[in-house]
Amino acid sequence: MSPAVTSPQPDQEFNVRLEQRRRGGALWRTAFQLSTIVGIIALTALLYNVMDSAFGYVAVENSVDPASLAIGGVPLEEQSKDQLVRVLQANVSAGLFRRFEDDQPFAERGRDSVLALILERVVEPQVVETWSLTDSLLRRSEVLAEAASSYPNAIVRFEAWIDPDFVSTPQSGDPQRAGVRTAILGSLWVIAITIGFSFPIGVGAAIYLEEYAADTALNRLIRTNINNLAGVPSIIYGILGLAILVRALEPLTSGTLFGLTDPTSANGRTILSAGMTLGLLILPLIIINAQEAIRAVPGSLRQAGLALGATRWQTIWAHVLPNALPGILTGTILAVSRAIGETAPLVVVGASTFITVDPDSPFAKFTTLPIQIFQWTSRPQDVFRNLAAAAILVLLALLLAMNASAVLLRNRYSRRLSG
Amino acid sequence: MATNRAKAFQSDDHPWVRPMDLRRRRRPAESLIQGFLLVCGALSILTTIGIVVVLGKESLDFFARRAWENTNKSVTRSVSEFDGVLQISDTGQAIEVGSALRLGDEIMLVTAMDGTQVQVERGLEGTAVTIHRQGTGIFRGQWVSLVEFFISTKWNPQIGQFGILPLVNATLMTTTLAILVALPLGLSVAIYLSEYASLRLRSLIKPTLEVLAGVPTVVYGYFALTFMTPLLRQILGRDVVQIYNTASAGIVIGILILPLVSSMSEDALSAVPGSLRQAAYALGATRLETAVRVVVPAAFSGITAAFIVAISRAIGETMIVAIAAGAGPAFTFNPFQAAETMTGHIVRISGGDLSYDSIDYNSIFAIGLVLFAMTLSLNIISQRIVRRFREVYE
Repeated sequence: MSPAVTSPQPDQEFNVRLEQRRRGGALWRTAFQLSTIVGIIALTALLYNVMDSAFGYVAVENSVDPASLAIGGVPLEEQSKDQLVRVLQANVSAGLFRRFEDDQPFAERGRDSVLALILERVVEPQVVETWSLTDSLLRRSEVLAEAASSYPNAIVRFEAWIDPDFVSTPQSGDPQRAGVRTAILGSLWVIAITIGFSFPIGVGAAIYLEEYAADTALNRLIRTNINNLAGVPSIIYGILGLAILVRALEPLTSGTLFGLTDPTSANGRTILSAGMTLGLLILPLIIINAQEAIRAVPGSLRQAGLALGATRWQTIWAHVLPNALPGILTGTILAVSRAIGETAPLVVVGASTFITVDPDSPFAKFTTLPIQIFQWTSRPQDVFRNLAAAAILVLLALLLAMNASAVLLRNRYSRRLSG
Repeated sequence: MATNRAKAFQSDDHPWVRPMDLRRRRRPAESLIQGFLLVCGALSILTTIGIVVVLGKESLDFFARRAWENTNKSVTRSVSEFDGVLQISDTGQAIEVGSALRLGDEIMLVTAMDGTQVQVERGLEGTAVTIHRQGTGIFRGQWVSLVEFFISTKWNPQIGQFGILPLVNATLMTTTLAILVALPLGLSVAIYLSEYASLRLRSLIKPTLEVLAGVPTVVYGYFALTFMTPLLRQILGRDVVQIYNTASAGIVIGILILPLVSSMSEDALSAVPGSLRQAAYALGATRLETAVRVVVPAAFSGITAAFIVAISRAIGETMIVAIAAGAGPAFTFNPFQAAETMTGHIVRISGGDLSYDSIDYNSIFAIGLVLFAMTLSLNIISQRIVRRFREVYE
C-alpha cells in the first residue's frame, strides 16, 4: 500500500462513516430503550414481590388436636360456654387460669371469647412454614408433597394474609391473629393532625408569598428557605420533632397542660407530636404546590375584584382562592400521601412498638402502617414477612385511593379552565 | 374638618350624591390577616432556625460531654479539703497538665506535675471540695474531640469511641452504588423519553415511573431485604454476600431515585427548543448525535441539578438502609458486608424509649448535623448551578 493510492474518495469515507454512525445510533437507541424497560421491570418486580408474599400455602401445626378436646362426642365448636370453660381449666395451668379470671371473670365473658381463648392458649396453632404465591400456584403438588413429608401433623391450607380480619383486628404477637387495625387508625389520626396543622399554614404562607410579598430581602429569604427545606432529609425532621415537640413541649404534646394525667401517656411521644412533625415535613411541599396553583389564577380576576371596590383580602377570598382551590387540594393530597408513607421521622419521634388498643385522643401513643411494616419486616421469622407484605398492600391501596382522588380533582380542574 | 369636606361634595345640583370620604381607610381586619399570613410564611424560617439551633445545641452538648475514664491510678495519701497537691500512684495511665480529674464526686484540673506529685485546682464545675481517703481511684475526663470525631474509624459512644467515619463510609457506599445505578439509567430513560419515544408512549411511561417515586420507602426496604438480597446471594454465592449488606440497599436506593433523575432530566431535555434539534438535523447529524452532542449539553445545568438532588436524596434515605444494610457500625469497603449508615444508626438507636441524658441521645444530633450539612450543601450547589449555568432561550 503506497500513500499515493490509499486516500479514499471523500464521499466513500463519508459513506463508511455514515454506516458506522447509523449503527452506533441504533445501538444506543436500544440501550436507551433497555434502560426504560429496566425501570419498568423494577416496578413490576416490586409489586410482584409483595404479592408473592401476601398469598400462598401455609402449614399450621396445633399443639393439641382440637378433636381431642371434644366432650362426649360434642366437638369444640358446638360446646356450651360452661363446657368450654371446663375444657380450658383442664388444659391450662391453674395459675394461668386464675390470671384469665383476674383479667375478666368468666361469668362476664361471652362464649366466643372463651372459645377464642381455648384456640389461642390450648390448641395453639403455629405456622411452621409458608410458601410463596408463585410456588403455591405453579408447583402446587410439590409444595403439598413437601408439606406432607416435613410436617405430617400439620394442616396445609391456602392463606390470603390480607383479608377483612387482617384489617379489622388489632396488633398481636401471634402472626395468625395479628392485624393492622391499630396501625390504620393510628395513621388516620396522625394524618388528620398533619393536615389540620399544615394545610392552613401552608396555604396562608403561599397566599402571602404570591399576593402580598413585595420583593424584599425577607421575602426572598423565605422563598429560598422553603426550597432548601424541601430538600432536607425526612429523618432530620424527626430529630427536630424529638427535641422540640417531644422534649421541650412535652407538657403540650403529652396533654398534661390540659389536665390529662393518663397513666398510659407517652411522655410526649404522642399522635400530636407525630402529626406535627409530619406537618412540618410536608409544609414546604404544600406551600410550593399552593403557590403554583395561586399563580395560575389569571390576574384579570384580581383586577376585576379590586376595580369593583373589593379589598385585597376580599378579592383573594372570593375570587383567587375558589379558583385556585382544586390545584391547592391536588397538591395537598400529593403531599399528604408522602406523609402517610413516612417512617423514619416517626421512629425517631418515638412510635410505639406494640399497641393493641385503638388510639382515642391526640395524646395517645401511636403506631402507623409504615411503622408496622418496618417492625414486621425487621423480625427474623419468615411468617412476619407475609404480614408485612399484606400490610404493604393495605398501605398501597390507601395511597392509590388518595392519588386517584388527586387525579380526579386535577381532571375536573383542567376541564373547567378549558371549558 | 371631615364634615366640612363632606359638605363640599354635597352640591345642590346633585342632592342624590352621598357624602364621600376618599381618604385611605384603616382596615384593622385586613392588616390582621396580612400579619397572620406573614407569620405563616415566616414559620418556614422558624423551622430552619429550629433545625439549626437544635442540631447545633445538642451537638455542642455531645462534644462538651465528658466521658470519665478510669486511669487505674489512686491517691497514695489522703487528701484534705485544703490540699492543693495530690500524691498519686505510679501505675496506670499517664496524666497530663490540663486534664480534668475526678475523685469521688469532685472534679479537679491539673495545673502542674512533678513525677507522682500533681498540683490541682479543686472543686471545679460547682462540685464540692471534700476529703478523699488514701486509695481513692482517679478518673480522667475526656472530651469528644473533633479530630477524633472525623478521623477515628470506630463508633461506639457507650465505650468512648466517637469516630463517625464508619457511618459516613457506609452512607457514601450506598450512595455511590445508588448513583451508579440511577444516573446512567435515569439519563438514558430521559433521553429515550424526550428524544425517541412517541408522545403516546411518553404519556404512558412517565406516569408509570412516577408511580415508582410515590411508593413509600419502607416498601423499598422490604423489597431490598426480601428480593434484592436473595437475588444477589443467588448470583454471587451465599458466602460472599451477607444477609444484610450495603450493596442491595444501594441498588434499591438507585431504583428509588431513578424516577427522580429521569423525570427532572426529561423536563430539562424537553425544555431545549426544537430549533436546536432542527439545526443539528439540517447539518446532517443523526438522531443520536443530535441528542448527545446538542440537546444534552444544552440541558446540562438542569441535568446536573437533577443529579445533585438525587445524590442528596440518596444520602438522606433512611428506611431502605435501616432494613437492609445491617445493624452495627462497621468500617468496611466491601459492599457485600453489613455496615450501618448515618441514617440507619439514628433509626436504630432512637427506636424505643431513649433517655435524654444518654450519650446516644446527644450523638443522634451530632450525626444529624453532619447529615444536614452534607445534604444542605448539595442542595445549595444544585440551586447555584441551575442559576449560573442556565442557558436562556428566548
